Amino acid sequence: MMWIDTLVQGVLLGGLYALFAAGLSLVFGIMRLVNLAHGDLIVLGAYVILIIVSALGLNPFLAALVALPIMFTIGWVLQRVVLNRVLGEDILPPLLVTFGLSVVIQNALMQGYSADSQRLRPGPIESASLDLGVVTVGVMPLLTFASAVVVIVALNQLFYRTALGRAFRATSDDPVTAQLMGIKPASVFAMATGIAMIVVTIAAMYLGMRANFDPTIGPARLIYAFEAVIIGGLGSLWGTLVGGVIIGVAQTVGAAINLEWQILAGHVAFLVVLAFRPRGLFPRAND
Amino acid sequence: MTLLHTRGLTAHYGDFQALFGVDLDLQEGECIAIIGANGAGKTTTLRSISGVLRNRPEAVVFDGEKIGHLPAADIMGRGLVMVPEGRRLFPSLSVEENLSIGTYGRKVSGYWNFDTVTALFPILRERRKSPATALSGGQQQMVAIGRALMSNPRVLLCDEISLGLAPVVIRDIYAAMPQIRESGASVVIVEQDISQALKVADRVYCLMEGRVTLTGRPTELNRDAIHAAYFGVSA
Ligand SMILES: Nc1ncnc2c1ncn2[C@@H]1O[C@H](COP(=O)(O)OP(=O)(O)O)[C@@H](O)[C@H]1O
Ligand SMILES: [Mg+2]
Repeated sequence: MMWIDTLVQGVLLGGLYALFAAGLSLVFGIMRLVNLAHGDLIVLGAYVILIIVSALGLNPFLAALVALPIMFTIGWVLQRVVLNRVLGEDILPPLLVTFGLSVVIQNALMQGYSADSQRLRPGPIESASLDLGVVTVGVMPLLTFASAVVVIVALNQLFYRTALGRAFRATSDDPVTAQLMGIKPASVFAMATGIAMIVVTIAAMYLGMRANFDPTIGPARLIYAFEAVIIGGLGSLWGTLVGGVIIGVAQTVGAAINLEWQILAGHVAFLVVLAFRPRGLFPRAND
Repeated sequence: MTLLHTRGLTAHYGDFQALFGVDLDLQEGECIAIIGANGAGKTTTLRSISGVLRNRPEAVVFDGEKIGHLPAADIMGRGLVMVPEGRRLFPSLSVEENLSIGTYGRKVSGYWNFDTVTALFPILRERRKSPATALSGGQQQMVAIGRALMSNPRVLLCDEISLGLAPVVIRDIYAAMPQIRESGASVVIVEQDISQALKVADRVYCLMEGRVTLTGRPTELNRDAIHAAYFGVSA
């Protein structure tokens, strides 16, 4: 009984990690950009939601809705003004720039909001739970997981059913030929980062409602996101969900054995998968 | 009317100069062929026209507008569309998606659409859900041509569309040329297959080591002159 419960909690936690990771996976899949500021952008998103909550007195869910266009714009501008300039054959410049961005975001948030920890409070739903017979699950973790599934279904639809998605895939396959077909990689990439920031905002909302946050917790979220993306196979969105779930389950199982093993167990699971499947569980054929 | 011309087109790859002032003219409705040995600069010429390699603005003039400095996507938007060497289909897109990419983000009108392109190359309709790279070489070349046609180009730039294909397949592909020209497109073809080039083109340019060494109508050119222009020695 207890094991089923542990497993279910782990799977649901995996939904949160998948949300952390989906934006990273999307951007990497399209432009081979490893965004080291991804975790800090999630934290930034949480602060943007917090600001809207306190300014407009909204519930975090509604505040996140207001934050979506703001975060999309931040992503779009960031890509157009900064990241597009450093993308190229050499992968080092984008790494350095996003690392710098990570430091800048952390320090700016520290200046503006100090190191005090903050929390998004959604109200009674926070402690609500659902009795499913075998296990009792919290409504919030369930909602988080459902959101992760919806986000991944939506991104897949975008990728495989829309003209923009075709442009994403074509540009990712062969940017020179894409330009010969009239596609401007700079605008395609800006849209991609904008959309990734929408996912980041959803992740930020659940992050902020699940636990306390402060300006420094970004890099640790980045690690979970990375591990989920790599376990799943670079560029595979469903793989990213599976990767998140594997880390989530490893963490809850680890914690069930010994509370101090929670974080470590997640990293060990990552290393084990990597040892047997270096390209992840669902690698793309043409990488 | 001259639709497209290049004047003093040059191109460099690092320190290596690949083109030394290439002058080409393409009349509205015309089909010209650029022939030349491997490494002569044919692909580089098409890359320079299509904006993959940049030039001085006045080096490429299309429809009265200086476009030598424009990026590839803008040049494509003006109706100069490339069928690149080696086809360069998008492997993660199906046949149908590869075709539709030619219309991305723009309203196109004209003769060519999915129905007319697949009427020209019926096999593409049958295989439209397949990944483009699962097709045979000849079929892939049809996709590459169709993808360019979907945008209803004013100038179609074809780089070695017969390369690596069996003679019967080459014949099938070139059989589409009259209909392409009837649709209003002017055509620049790059070919190593001289007899093929002489058959379809109104005029021929021979390129050697980045320079035009011979131009004329197929009927005016004799074998010896072409041979000399091609290899730099007389036969
Ligand atoms: N990307 C490149 N880098 C360096 N040199 C190149 C590159 N592409 C072509 N070249 C050189 O430029 C010259 C012309 O090449 P190209 O235009 O491809 O010839 P063709 O299409 O007539 O076979 C050749 O000497 C070739 O080696
Ligand atoms: Mg060539």
